[in-house]
Amino acid sequence: MSTLAPQLINLFATLILLLSFSMISQRRIVSLINLFAIQGAALVAASFLLGYVTHQPDLYVSGVLTLVLKVIFIPWMLHRLIRKLNVRWDVETLFNVPTTMLVGIGLVIFSFSLALPISRLSQSIAGGSLGIALACVLLSFMMMITRSKAVPQVIGFLSMENGLIFAATTVTNGMPMIVEFGIALDVLVGVLILGVFMFQIREKFDSLDIHNLETLKDDSA
Amino acid sequence: MSALVFVLGIPLLGGLALAFYGHRLWARDVNVGFSLGTFLAACFLTNHTIDHGPELLWDQQFYIDQLNVFLVTLTAFVSLTTAIFSRPYMRVEQDHGKMTPPRMRLYHSMYQLFSFTMLLGFTTNNLGIIWVAMEAATLTTVLLVSVYRTSASLEAAWKYFILCGVGIAQALFGTILLYMAADKVLGAEHATLLWTSLNDVKGQLDPTIITLAFVFLLIGYGTKVGLVPLHSWLPDAHAEGPTPVSAVLSGLLLNVAMYAVLRCKVLTDGALGTQMAGQLMMGFGLLSVTVAAFFLSRQKDVKRMFSYSSIEHMGLITFAFGMGSPLANFAGLLHMTVHSLVKSAIFFTVGHATQKAGTQVMSEIRGLIKVNPTVGWGLMLGVMAILGMPPFGVFASEFLILTTAMREQPWAAPFLFLALGIAFASILARVLPMVFGDTTLKPLAHPPALLPVFLHLVLALVLGLYIPPYLNGWYVQAAALLGG
Repeated sequence: MSTLAPQLINLFATLILLLSFSMISQRRIVSLINLFAIQGAALVAASFLLGYVTHQPDLYVSGVLTLVLKVIFIPWMLHRLIRKLNVRWDVETLFNVPTTMLVGIGLVIFSFSLALPISRLSQSIAGGSLGIALACVLLSFMMMITRSKAVPQVIGFLSMENGLIFAATTVTNGMPMIVEFGIALDVLVGVLILGVFMFQIREKFDSLDIHNLETLKDDSA
Repeated sequence: MSALVFVLGIPLLGGLALAFYGHRLWARDVNVGFSLGTFLAACFLTNHTIDHGPELLWDQQFYIDQLNVFLVTLTAFVSLTTAIFSRPYMRVEQDHGKMTPPRMRLYHSMYQLFSFTMLLGFTTNNLGIIWVAMEAATLTTVLLVSVYRTSASLEAAWKYFILCGVGIAQALFGTILLYMAADKVLGAEHATLLWTSLNDVKGQLDPTIITLAFVFLLIGYGTKVGLVPLHSWLPDAHAEGPTPVSAVLSGLLLNVAMYAVLRCKVLTDGALGTQMAGQLMMGFGLLSVTVAAFFLSRQKDVKRMFSYSSIEHMGLITFAFGMGSPLANFAGLLHMTVHSLVKSAIFFTVGHATQKAGTQVMSEIRGLIKVNPTVGWGLMLGVMAILGMPPFGVFASEFLILTTAMREQPWAAPFLFLALGIAFASILARVLPMVFGDTTLKPLAHPPALLPVFLHLVLALVLGLYIPPYLNGWYVQAAALLGG
């Protein structure tokens, strides 16, 4: 167990990073939501495994929270949303995928070099995953910048949250429980609000293209 | 039982109650009532803290000291006056058809919940809960900014949500790193995010982790403070939302974010023993002051212009706290207070002026002093105050900040003078014709509530002429808590 556990956690960490990359290059909105759900599932698996290895019941609670919210509820809500908005089969034209990938690799290297001196100090068995967590956050950040549709932007936002929770789980064996619940509540309310916004944006602009949202400039008046 | 129960309980209860009844005609009075209750509770809490000193409450989850209790009172006070201002203002908006009963319900409920999240952010001792409260404050204000449901307000709200969401995610990463540092010192069993516990062991926190943590925390919360280059959500959100929301966003929410940065800075300074945190803050602050001054001079929309002025002043405050000497901290706290009071007063008068003119474009607003002398004079005096004319309080705090800068950081002083000069000239050139030009506008149907405007300005005036000894002692204690 003692050698298997860290390797398994590293496996899940790599899986989460790989899923971040596939999200960046995914053109179909439906597949994007599924990828997001799988990423959540990998996160849950990592939490449960760490909870088992370190005997911390808090990590089970955190895992269940992620499971309910990020693997079941939010993907279900997003699927319903895109069905209602009738964008289920939308295919987005992406800005030069190979270049984006290269920039992504650069971000991963940057994150690892930033996290390396700190990872060494971590007492957790999965402390080395900090670089991966930071890379996931930055990759999601890039996804939000490069995407022009509302739904992928929101998924980028949620995926960033996944990266942060992964950092908290692996580096510090989970945040204090009350904070975890607070974060989950904020994410839930945030997603509900964004869902409502999408309907309103659609109503006003006849499209979910964020490029429409560029009229507010300093000298527009 | 501590008065804190009421400080937090009343706005929370108000938010829930108004979610059901916020569309009724009497809801606007109830809204004022809840804010009044919160303010009274905050006064009791302040009184208690002055007599008994700092205290930890409820399993150490809440911490009240001289620094945050002063911000709690300020927040409760400005929330109250803004609620008074919003009574006639939102009524006119309803007459104009911009607000419907369901929107009024949302507006009132979110107004109270927004107060709750800000007060929670100030009083909590848990750095994780500060993050949760900041994010919750973003969510409530996103709904407030988008309440008109116009395409411009939707765009502003979407940008606000996405940009602040991204920004504040960086702060969460910083918080996680902070927790990791605590984990190393206190051990996994006793690891905590409680500020007081971290403050006790701040000298042992690992410098490598804390350095990186502070950078992330400053970028994250700095986005909400509106520091350049992370400010681009701020003018949109301020300009497109209802004016009472602009007033509380500018006057209060920016302070909450500033407060979070300050708490983190105290830990960072203790852990590093260097000026790293202060230098970063001075850099960001100076950049914000100068860039905002230049942007300010190009604005045509009155609310956008004053939101750039908020960025400028928050930059000045960040710079002051970055210098970090007791006098600079004192000046920063004083500037936070007077900026809140004066900027919200300006937004109140600007609200009435734009309602009257039916536009926010400055070149189309003319002759306020003829249509409604009190609005005209209110705006004129407010602008004089914010530009740092004596005898208003902004003069005193800016004077302190500038003289301290000349002594401690002489390289920065020319930039500050240049920026303040540009801001002075451009705001005055825009506002004078608005107040004194010719006009054909008619008075409003419901008389505007101008009591809050003059109340704020009188307070700013008093703070400029004479700071009462107990208030002075309070500022000095709060400044001492920030170290230096």
